[in-house]
Amino acid sequence: MLDMNLLFDGTLCLLLTILAIAAIHARDLYSAVIMFISFGLLLALTWARLGAPDLALAEAAIGAGLTGVLLFGALARCNPQPAIRLSRPRMIGAALLAFVVMATLLQAALPTLDMRSALPALTHYHLPASGVDHPVTAVLLNYRVWDTLLELVVLLLALLGVRQLRPAGEAFPTAWPVLLAWARLLAPLGIVIGGYLLWRGSHAPGGAFQAGALLAACIVVLRLAGMIGPMNWAGFPTRLLVCGGVIAFLGVAVVTGGWGDGWLVFPASMADHLILGLEIIATLTIAASLSLLVIGEHREMDG
Amino acid sequence: MSQAALYLGLGMLLWALGLHGLCCQTHPMRRLIAINIMGSGVFMVLVTLATRGVAIDPLPHALVVTGLVVAVSATAFALRLATPGRQDMRKPEQR
Repeated sequence: MLDMNLLFDGTLCLLLTILAIAAIHARDLYSAVIMFISFGLLLALTWARLGAPDLALAEAAIGAGLTGVLLFGALARCNPQPAIRLSRPRMIGAALLAFVVMATLLQAALPTLDMRSALPALTHYHLPASGVDHPVTAVLLNYRVWDTLLELVVLLLALLGVRQLRPAGEAFPTAWPVLLAWARLLAPLGIVIGGYLLWRGSHAPGGAFQAGALLAACIVVLRLAGMIGPMNWAGFPTRLLVCGGVIAFLGVAVVTGGWGDGWLVFPASMADHLILGLEIIATLTIAASLSLLVIGEHREMDG
Repeated sequence: MSQAALYLGLGMLLWALGLHGLCCQTHPMRRLIAINIMGSGVFMVLVTLATRGVAIDPLPHALVVTGLVVAVSATAFALRLATPGRQDMRKPEQR
């Protein structure tokens, strides 16, 4: 008698494998991109299955949504590749290499399944002092807040890099009536859900990343439907939104480093307010940066 | 075979598939998709390792949430580097 759970997991794994192969090797690029988007959606399901609802939310918005828009945008401006027959020796060589690497990795990683880490116990032990009730948010915005600061720096650097190269700046085609109707419905709903996710992050799955990604997706939908104009990069508000996260985190780092217990060590009495404030700013920065990265035109980035 | 071992194996398999695609394919967009799939494999190994204990380990989850945002920013930058824009396709003297 086959276990139903294992059957579900097995089907999911098989589908993910097939979609991954199709996303890389599909005959035309258009179907490859579609396969990759479906791969992202199934991956979100897998995260939920593995007990990671935070990741499922983030993956559905970022991995499947925003990456999909990015890939379609790139597809529109890259020259269609004439069908190239891949050389057989190269395929076989690559397959051998991949097989050897995978065998080595499996041999190294399978024993670690039986080891136990001391970190979960430590995380839960210090949770009451962290200012939030949800352990993932506690890790992101209290224990490992350095990671979040550096991630915002990476986001800013990517945006500056794209701006230096001048974004491609396609004129968006006139929106399709169905898109217009859905945008009217989806965007307000998305903004409400984004705010809810942000608020919920302190005690349940959700938080700045998921909320920021969802808001960015709303901005992208509205922008593609032609309902909002370009954000003006030269304008002070946009620049403040994009740089706000890094400035706020650095400000808190300097204040806690100079007058507190150490760089980015939050005092327990103020931790909850500090985290909420930082989360709101990080959400706005992530939403603005991601939407500029995905749909920024050169007209709006030239400034 | 347990659920954890299954997903650990899938993570490795995705990484290997991405590596294979990276070696075989020549088109930049396909290579970027392959790199993203390798990244998904790494995330899957991390998330699987988080389910080992009785309580779920939140640290890998936080790392992967950060990783997702970094991956999409890097992909956006790489796609811009890999594909020419309208103004790049014009001849130099027209600029």
